[in-house]
Amino acid sequence: MMFVPGNNPGMMQDAHIYGPDCIMLDLEDSVTMAEKDAARLLVYNALKSIDYGDTEMVVRINPLSTPYGRKDVEAVVKAGVDVIRMPKTETADEVRELEAEIVKVETELGCVGRTRIMAAIESALGIVNAHAIATASSRMMGIALGAEDYTANLKTQRSASGAELLLARETIVVAARAAGICCFDTVYSNLDDMETFRSEVELIKTLGFDGKSIINPRQIEIVNEVFTPKEKEILKARTILAAIKEAQAKGSGVIAVNGKMVDRPVVIRAERTIALALAAGVLTKEDLQ
Amino acid sequence: MRNSKLTTLEEAIRRSGLRDGMTISFHHHFRGGDKVVNLVVDCLSRMGFKDLHLAASSLSDVHKPLIEHIKNGVISRISTSGLRGELADAISRGLMEQPVVFRSHGGRGSAIASGELKIDVAFLGASSSDELGNACGYSRSDCAKSICGSLGYALPDARYAAHVVVITDDLVAYPNMPMSISAADVESVVVVDSVGDSSKISAGAIRDSKNPRDILLAKQAAKVVINSGYFEDGFSIQTGTGGASLAVVKYIREQMLQQGIKASFALGGITAHMVKLHEEGLIGRLVDVQSFDKVAAESLKNDPTHQEVSAVEYASGQHLGSATHALDIVILSALEVDVDFNVNVLVGSDGIIRGAIGGHQDTAADSALSIIVCPLLRGRIPCVVPKVTTLITPGKSVDVVVTEYGIAVNPARPEIAERLQAAGLRVVDIKSLAEKASSIIGTPEPLPFGDKVVGIVMNRDGSVLDKIYNIQ
Repeated sequence: MMFVPGNNPGMMQDAHIYGPDCIMLDLEDSVTMAEKDAARLLVYNALKSIDYGDTEMVVRINPLSTPYGRKDVEAVVKAGVDVIRMPKTETADEVRELEAEIVKVETELGCVGRTRIMAAIESALGIVNAHAIATASSRMMGIALGAEDYTANLKTQRSASGAELLLARETIVVAARAAGICCFDTVYSNLDDMETFRSEVELIKTLGFDGKSIINPRQIEIVNEVFTPKEKEILKARTILAAIKEAQAKGSGVIAVNGKMVDRPVVIRAERTIALALAAGVLTKEDLQ
Repeated sequence: MRNSKLTTLEEAIRRSGLRDGMTISFHHHFRGGDKVVNLVVDCLSRMGFKDLHLAASSLSDVHKPLIEHIKNGVISRISTSGLRGELADAISRGLMEQPVVFRSHGGRGSAIASGELKIDVAFLGASSSDELGNACGYSRSDCAKSICGSLGYALPDARYAAHVVVITDDLVAYPNMPMSISAADVESVVVVDSVGDSSKISAGAIRDSKNPRDILLAKQAAKVVINSGYFEDGFSIQTGTGGASLAVVKYIREQMLQQGIKASFALGGITAHMVKLHEEGLIGRLVDVQSFDKVAAESLKNDPTHQEVSAVEYASGQHLGSATHALDIVILSALEVDVDFNVNVLVGSDGIIRGAIGGHQDTAADSALSIIVCPLLRGRIPCVVPKVTTLITPGKSVDVVVTEYGIAVNPARPEIAERLQAAGLRVVDIKSLAEKASSIIGTPEPLPFGDKVVGIVMNRDGSVLDKIYNIQ
């Protein structure tokens, strides 16, 4: 998920050419007070007129508690955004309040249910309420960590090891999985240190995140490299799924591949590997036939 | 007197027999740091010369003082590969009565060799020279001031001009050998304080581009090279110096290492990147008509497998022995490409001259595979257009156009399109790229050209390719 400032038409114009899975046009922190109206108009027109292809489009709105939040919702829902990202979410009620705003605009447009919600959790209270937030609405598609505000709230700062974020990250993954939705990790903003960025992406993949937020197209390749299954992993997954298919055809129960028992979690992991490989384009549906 | 060639600039001009209406020539190896053109033309002005034809291998921003010399009649005609800055702006608006003649580097070399472009007096800046005129673009002395590396574009002038004046800021002891310009071709040697501003002649270490668009274009261009069918052991390559071109070299290098492929030679403007690959053993020879940075200039001085060539040996269309005929792959840039694959590298989308033909026409025509790397959009300017503002390189010479929105292959090269598609690259119709640009930006207003011809674009065979009209 690539962050693009909502007040920069040059960057909004072709952010999709770098191949991010998802683009988040920002109306919140990257836009100064004086430019809030102009950015909203730009984002509205970008969504209406630019062909972003298959890229999922997200807009980070200003909090509903500000004078801008409700106008943001109205504009981006009218422009047909896929997902609204709510910043600094602390309670399930806030999600429901946003949902009500969305329903108001969608009812007017006759497209109720079109817009999904992603909540960014950026405080200790938000982490404590993570599962309630994740399950606050059927529109919830994911939760994300916003580490800068979170560490400030914890009265600490970000470190290279990320120790200060461990609980928050694990909580978000667990809450998302319990709710059956996606989870996204925070940004890493030092573009001159790609090695630490890579380590962080490897860490959050191990923790179970679905993806990483990025601030520059140069970070895309590393995220894709880390998340794309390796050839060996794909081969193993295909072997397992083929064995399962064969076993089902024969009606046999327990099966083994290379001497190891294949049970339900192993199958789920294999299916996820294949899904990721298909999404990354290293495997095609034709390959599977 | 033994060193009778050594003299002042004024005296050298007097000895040359230069008269009003004659042709004087210069090279542009000192690029934005050049001091020779302004120094000599100022002197010619003081001496009262008029109506001269200035034939330079290229001119840039630093030659702004020529505007006054055109106005006061010292210079009445110009031949060059390119124009930039205020001089280009003034000429685009109709400063000169006679149109500027634009030739490619190879085209200029051929025209000089054939006598079509007859040079009366060549004023050739050199980083070092001995008192007899053996001159180089580098110096072996401790007093080196202005290093430019190869003097390739000056060599046809040195060989064919009726009279040659070498101008240097580092007079070294005889013999300054091996030399680029031979004393046998030189009539006078002039020592001045400085022939060039070193800080503007060459960059130090070249840094990799961090511009995401450059990186994207470079990766796509590298994939085109690697899957084109020409990427095999012994291939040869030429690239430009823009951010994307330099980055292409980086990605090709990775594949050369992985696949165990080595290039036989790299041609043209040589950069530190090419020198690095050469020193790693990935490129056998460097064939250098112009050194783009200090690393390349030093390598030319020290490495016997880094060879200087003249513009004729580099890219003449009339000499089948020129290096471009042996070139497999060239990666070039563009200001505009049109739906017939024609390329413009000279005139901006605002109708102002802002570039140079360079070796574009030559390398595109002679190489086995020419790849143009060009963003679809530069800000609000579309770069893939229905028709180029000015035709510089005909579409029949262009094989592949790489943009950030897809790769277009000339229909005349279906086998290349097939290979790229087989490798999973997104090959699109060039018309769809022009349509995409127009859908994002809209259709620009037509340019307000007048009816005065300010420039004539020559094809490398000596025919006229296009005319540039004044912009109003």
